[in-house]
Amino acid sequence: MQAHDIILAQHPFFAGVKPQTWSLITPCASFLHVDAGKYLFHEGEEALYFYILSEGKVLLEAFDAQLGAVPIETIAAGDVLGWSWLFPPYRWHFSAKALAPVQAVTLDASCLREACERDHDFGYVLVRQVAQVLMQRLQATRLQLLDIYRTPERGKR
Amino acid sequence: MTMTSIAPELAQDPMLPRRYRIQRVQREISDTFTWILQPVEGNTVSPFACGQFNMLYVFGVGEIPISLSGDPGKPELLVHTIRAAGAVSRAMQTLKAGTVIGVRGPFGVPWPVEAAQGKDVVIVAGGIGLAPLRSVMYTLLAQRARYGRVVLLYGARTPQDILYHKELERWRARFDLDVAITVDRASGAWFGNVGVVTRLIPHASFDPSNAIAMLCGPEIMMRFTAIELEKRGMAAEHIFLSMERNMHCAIGFCGHCQYSPYFVCRDGPVFSYDRIRALLVKREI
Repeated sequence: MQAHDIILAQHPFFAGVKPQTWSLITPCASFLHVDAGKYLFHEGEEALYFYILSEGKVLLEAFDAQLGAVPIETIAAGDVLGWSWLFPPYRWHFSAKALAPVQAVTLDASCLREACERDHDFGYVLVRQVAQVLMQRLQATRLQLLDIYRTPERGKR
Repeated sequence: MTMTSIAPELAQDPMLPRRYRIQRVQREISDTFTWILQPVEGNTVSPFACGQFNMLYVFGVGEIPISLSGDPGKPELLVHTIRAAGAVSRAMQTLKAGTVIGVRGPFGVPWPVEAAQGKDVVIVAGGIGLAPLRSVMYTLLAQRARYGRVVLLYGARTPQDILYHKELERWRARFDLDVAITVDRASGAWFGNVGVVTRLIPHASFDPSNAIAMLCGPEIMMRFTAIELEKRGMAAEHIFLSMERNMHCAIGFCGHCQYSPYFVCRDGPVFSYDRIRALLVKREI
């Protein structure tokens, strides 16, 4: 096994993958290093990779002509990054910038989608895991939207 | 800590305020400030435990409960961090050093700091919720060897709303503390974490089977934090929350702070999660 295969096999995201499926996944994997301040991808670009961060920190941001780059969320080592590669039109909705030097295992998106088509059991596991991450991020985003630390307007003495 | 007997006048009548002078006012963030209070009469000292609160009385305006946020090892000075959010707290914001106010207390059930000895301690604070947990930090750091890993996770609204900025910087620089800070909103000049404080929990280093968690912040933040800590494997009885209700008498007498079977002033403000889990999702109370 190569180093990135070991990282993938030990990552909780791939916990439900059957041993025989690894031969479909590992050819999709490679290592990536991104220096602090550099971008992993930009909004609107084709979503070519799925990222498993093993080191560093990534900031997701949106760009607005008036506001500039608006930080949305940080993704830490141990997290996975990106799901636009799984759903058409396969384009990133936000940009991702390395806040600290990033080490990641990347999985080639078309290779991974092809693996899903060839092995629907794997496809189910993958989509279920992505849905789990989506749910966690959605719940966190909803909490973020509540603006819970604002000064209350009434009911305080 | 030097044990000192409870102030005699407090022992006699918990409804009688003692006079304290504002020795110093420290501006923290835009709407939040800290008072350092000194007793007017002699050397009266009221020992307090982490997590307890005092009733602070602005004469002619009103009285509100405010957590103690100073060092329990230095009870001769009372330290209170106050957010100007209502009529009384806004009046407090206008008071200058030298003003005399009334103080009743300390009241309430404290954080389980002694029970946490020998265990990892996970402190999760949101917004001004860091104030009552600062006392815990002082105690843990004064007796650092008695505890396992100490993790402080702090969430604020924006980078400008981060409370106790300098202390957090000092704590982050220590090798025997894990401190992570996140903000809900940021501009491009912020290089730290962005996102809610619950997102820090999966990355925190502690042993869930041998840890005590102490949470303070908006109720909804504590509820979701407790859920995340349970996902990590922590038992509900090892997760403690500091609740806030409309406390008036502070001795379980008037009923203003009734929280189903509890009075928050007397039975709390610190509760274990297993005692109040069901109440946190009830709309009627």
